[in-house]
Amino acid sequence: MLFKKTKSLEEKFNKFLNLTSESAMIFFEGVKCYLHKENEEFENYLAKLIKLEQTADALRREIETVLYEKTLLPEARGDIFELLEDLDDVINQTEETLLEFSIEIPQIPEKYNEHFTKLTEYSINAVNQVVKASRKFVQDPANVEHNIHKVYFWEKEADRQSEKLKREIFRDESIDKVSRRFHLRYFALHIDMVADLAEDVADKLTIYAIKRSI
Amino acid sequence: MILLFLSGGLFLGWSLGANDAANIFGTAVGTKMVKFRTAALVASVFVILGAVISGAGASHTLGKLGAVNAIGGAFMVALSAAFTVFWMTKLHLPVSTSQAVVGAIVGWNFFSKTQTDYNSLIKIVGTWVFSPILAAVFSALLYILLKKILKVWKLSVFRLDVYTRIALIVVGAFGAYSLGANNIANVMGVFVPVSPFPDIVIGNFTISSVQQLFFLGAIAISIGVFTYSYKVMKTVGTGVVKLTPQSALVVVLAESLVLFLFASKSLHDFLISHHLPALPLVPVSSSQLVVGAVLGIGIIQGGRNIQFKTLGKIASGWVTTPIIAALITFVALFFLKNTFDIEVYKETPAVTQNEITINNDSSLHKVHEYKINEFCYLDDYSKNKMGEYK
Repeated sequence: MLFKKTKSLEEKFNKFLNLTSESAMIFFEGVKCYLHKENEEFENYLAKLIKLEQTADALRREIETVLYEKTLLPEARGDIFELLEDLDDVINQTEETLLEFSIEIPQIPEKYNEHFTKLTEYSINAVNQVVKASRKFVQDPANVEHNIHKVYFWEKEADRQSEKLKREIFRDESIDKVSRRFHLRYFALHIDMVADLAEDVADKLTIYAIKRSI
Repeated sequence: MILLFLSGGLFLGWSLGANDAANIFGTAVGTKMVKFRTAALVASVFVILGAVISGAGASHTLGKLGAVNAIGGAFMVALSAAFTVFWMTKLHLPVSTSQAVVGAIVGWNFFSKTQTDYNSLIKIVGTWVFSPILAAVFSALLYILLKKILKVWKLSVFRLDVYTRIALIVVGAFGAYSLGANNIANVMGVFVPVSPFPDIVIGNFTISSVQQLFFLGAIAISIGVFTYSYKVMKTVGTGVVKLTPQSALVVVLAESLVLFLFASKSLHDFLISHHLPALPLVPVSSSQLVVGAVLGIGIIQGGRNIQFKTLGKIASGWVTTPIIAALITFVALFFLKNTFDIEVYKETPAVTQNEITINNDSSLHKVHEYKINEFCYLDDYSKNKMGEYK
């Protein structure tokens, strides 16, 4: 009975991690479509991401309820609970950012496409690494560190790319209005924030792993 | 009347169940790894089994220290020990039932002018010092072993949780068995020579007088577990020492092994028959074993968080508890004898290993029978010596 409950919980947790990773991939494809003016494709990805975010929310609540109702993992459930919440923030950030693209329709000069693509790629690399680290944390907490340093690497790369992009935007004479510069900076900031949230999860995973080292 | 006299021991049993079950299941229940109902049920069943099946060894050593030969005396020895535990707990002084009982028996020896067997006393006191050290060594070794096993197995957090829960129940059952086997001597040991129950024979199966006595004591321990241990478990599990469930498992296993080593006659006999050094069968303090076991893990983790004040308190308990218990017993026996005119000891000629007297008095007969039984525990050299005397 206990084995069955635990197995089902483990499966749900893994499914949630898959959703997090999938949200990052959809986000990347969505941003690329927006940059290349493939509007229909972009809206499809957005719709997919909204649906995924709802599924992830429902799954998270289900896991949390099982954890507390069935008093499973009494010692680790606080950490698992927090981990799920933090990963959910990452999914939310990808969904909200893509939605903002759809609502605000930022005018991104074509010469910045590569910068935005790179920034998004670095951010989602950080997310993918933090998903791997989370998987490692539940499988083998002692070795979670091997994945965590990769999250930090991609977060720093995202920061560097974001800074570079913002500097170029504010020095670009071809962008006549300051408000437009602000608008572009805002999107760079929000894409970079995906990596920042992944970094927050990594920080907490380090602490959880130390706590698990018996 | 018999139950009234036994009440001192039963009260001691109740307080043992209320307090010491927490040393076995405290962390498991406190951290919600095991439900209290499950813990209480497992603890009760295995305490009873341990007491009835393997309780004789440690009781025998207490009997050597001083065979209380009147039920009134046994009652007061148990009650005084229980009062000492209760009073010292109230004053927040470190106390152990084992040490209180030994002190109370010595108090009875003084009152009845019975010669205290100093060899047994030294053996018992030596065990008090040695047992927490042994628990520390065991827990340190088990901790290293568990760490290595977990490194190789690489269990997921989810699976580790399930296995730890199961292990906590299994190890808890072993701990409860060992606690019953080792500590029933504290509860009912003093009543052994004056046990009022006749043997019950059902076909080929005999339930001895002592086993009935131990069963009764174990029931008292179980009632203590069910009625009062929850609070103590909650405190131990969450308040005093913060352990991970895996470290808690190591602590309980180390504690249980030490309790078992100092209680199992079969193991004792096995070691003797293989010419290996055997540990004396002596009731030891489970609380001090827990402290020793936690200390063992502390040392392995680099000696951080070692509370030397706590260690000092334990050492002081080795001296203060028996002295206080002996004094209380002495005064209480004086009061019982002179105020209520209750017989608290019987004048007997000194019974030694080479001088066994025959007496028709049933309780005295039991004392002698008990002394004769001691013969079974003597080593080969002593047996030869006794043969020479015969």
